[in-house]
Amino acid sequence: MQDIETAISLEGVQKSYGGAKGTLVLDNLDLQVARGSVHGMLGPNGAGKTTAVRIMTTLLAPDAGRVVVAGADAVHESGRVRSRIGLVGQYAAVDEALSGRQNLVMFARLNRYRPASATRRADELLERFGLGEAADRQVKTYSGGMRRRVDLAAGLVTAPDVLFVDEPTTGLDPGVRQDVWTAIRELVREGTTVLLTTQYLEEADQLADRISMLGRGRVVAEGSPSQLKATVGDDWLEVTPESEADWPLFRQKLSKWSSGEVSLVDGVIRVPLANRSSSMIGATAALHEATLPVRDLALRTPSLDEVFVQISGQTALETHHHITPETAGKDTK
Amino acid sequence: MNTSTTPITTKPDGSTSPAARALADTWTITLRDLQHWRHMLGTRIFNWVWPIILMTLFLGLMGGALGYALGGSYLNFVMPGVLAMTVFLGLEGTMAAVSQDSSRGVTDRFRSLPMSGIAVVGGRCIADLLDSLVSLTVVFGAGLIFGWRPDTTGAEALAVLGLLLLLRVAMLWTGIFVGLKAPTPESLGPINMLVWPILFFSSVFVDTATMPRWLGTIADANPLSATATTVRELLGAPMTGGETWFAEHASTFAVVWPGLLIAIFLPLAVSTYRHLRS
Repeated sequence: MQDIETAISLEGVQKSYGGAKGTLVLDNLDLQVARGSVHGMLGPNGAGKTTAVRIMTTLLAPDAGRVVVAGADAVHESGRVRSRIGLVGQYAAVDEALSGRQNLVMFARLNRYRPASATRRADELLERFGLGEAADRQVKTYSGGMRRRVDLAAGLVTAPDVLFVDEPTTGLDPGVRQDVWTAIRELVREGTTVLLTTQYLEEADQLADRISMLGRGRVVAEGSPSQLKATVGDDWLEVTPESEADWPLFRQKLSKWSSGEVSLVDGVIRVPLANRSSSMIGATAALHEATLPVRDLALRTPSLDEVFVQISGQTALETHHHITPETAGKDTK
Repeated sequence: MNTSTTPITTKPDGSTSPAARALADTWTITLRDLQHWRHMLGTRIFNWVWPIILMTLFLGLMGGALGYALGGSYLNFVMPGVLAMTVFLGLEGTMAAVSQDSSRGVTDRFRSLPMSGIAVVGGRCIADLLDSLVSLTVVFGAGLIFGWRPDTTGAEALAVLGLLLLLRVAMLWTGIFVGLKAPTPESLGPINMLVWPILFFSSVFVDTATMPRWLGTIADANPLSATATTVRELLGAPMTGGETWFAEHASTFAVVWPGLLIAIFLPLAVSTYRHLRS
């Protein structure tokens, strides 16, 4: 069902390339994105992220299913969808041979601004994104960070209801990355819904309220970043012994405090902990008592990377089944 | 970057009538293509001068021998052919520009905007026709400087311009279709190579009657020959060959061939634009 609080709604979307017997790219994809939220879409290459976004942005028609974006049907009311969305990143480019200002004036004109208003709108965007000085240079001479800001500005000519952003900070310096994230958070505060696709788990972790993980054309896991991390399991302690020869002794001392199997990988011992602080104190005290030489000690929390690896590993093995049916599908809200 | 609160102040205020939008958007895209000229002026000027370079080459290489065989001036013979070649070579520019836009995601940006559907191809058409007009003027002027004196009337000259632009429009739609279908601008290489045999197996530079019979027939059937031969007639150039059925009906084919190409590639290009990169 479609309601005013839903910015994007995909129901049973199917898409294959190369005819009916071609490659199935989207397999009954369902997705609901709440208005005013940042929704992250993660997945390995070939999971169908780009195809899904191209369908939501009216660049591609689905074979079956229903797609509603910003209150309009992406197939039958593509014009209305187009006037309410913005695209940033690989989905749509700016013209590198033109200057930043020429690009923004052009996009404003194509968004139904009169010439004078288009110029004014371009100036507003140039100022907002700190591009005033470079405004009259060709975009192909811009630095990576400036390029990204022109991209963002081009996607924001008409204060879109829904903004589609692809890997907004790939290849940027950490400082510039923060700037772009700040700009995106700013938009959300003004009421824009953002659909973010990225390979950068940190980016999704930083920005997204909810994350959908795609695998083989369907949602294989969905939840808030912390919910997803919790599905991977406990925190763990990483112990680097001075000598790997002591490994049997370490295992003996540490297994008492571990919630799972203690393992040794590349000279680092991994100890899963169910009870974070008390288990850690116990484990380190045991090592101290046994006077086992330790080179390094660290407490780790699962990152989205682990979720990613675990889920893509499972989808590589399983072909047809949902991995986590309780987190995927209907109960997303 | 200034990310403090700068709320949207200027709102879209243009007409919402579809016809007015189509005109305004087509003009915006035309303007964008013209802005490219300024940013890549060197390339543009080279493209405008290129037909003259080719013409000079042939004039030097073959002018003597061919002029003798024609019983007249080779310059008068070749100039109408060069005009036809000039519009034909516009194909390369159209293909390159269209494939660059679609492979770099610029076409997708346009398609994601609430703009008129015909504006992107419409703007391309107008800009490329303007480009060919400049090109034809340059070639025509160079011909006059070289001593070419066409023998024609105002009405015939207008017919020449019409036929040349008709062939250009045919090349436009062919180029838009091929450009949209090309996965990358680099993949156009083999098609650009094809341009040359089409150019040389035509009546542009040589009298097709001097070719072996079978080759002459193919050359006469070449759409480029139909336009070149007809333009030659209208500009009072020394006439040649004309033994084959195609050559005898050159003026008909000068309209039929481009018409046929447009009938094939215009719908193909429009439908490819609508369902781009599926």
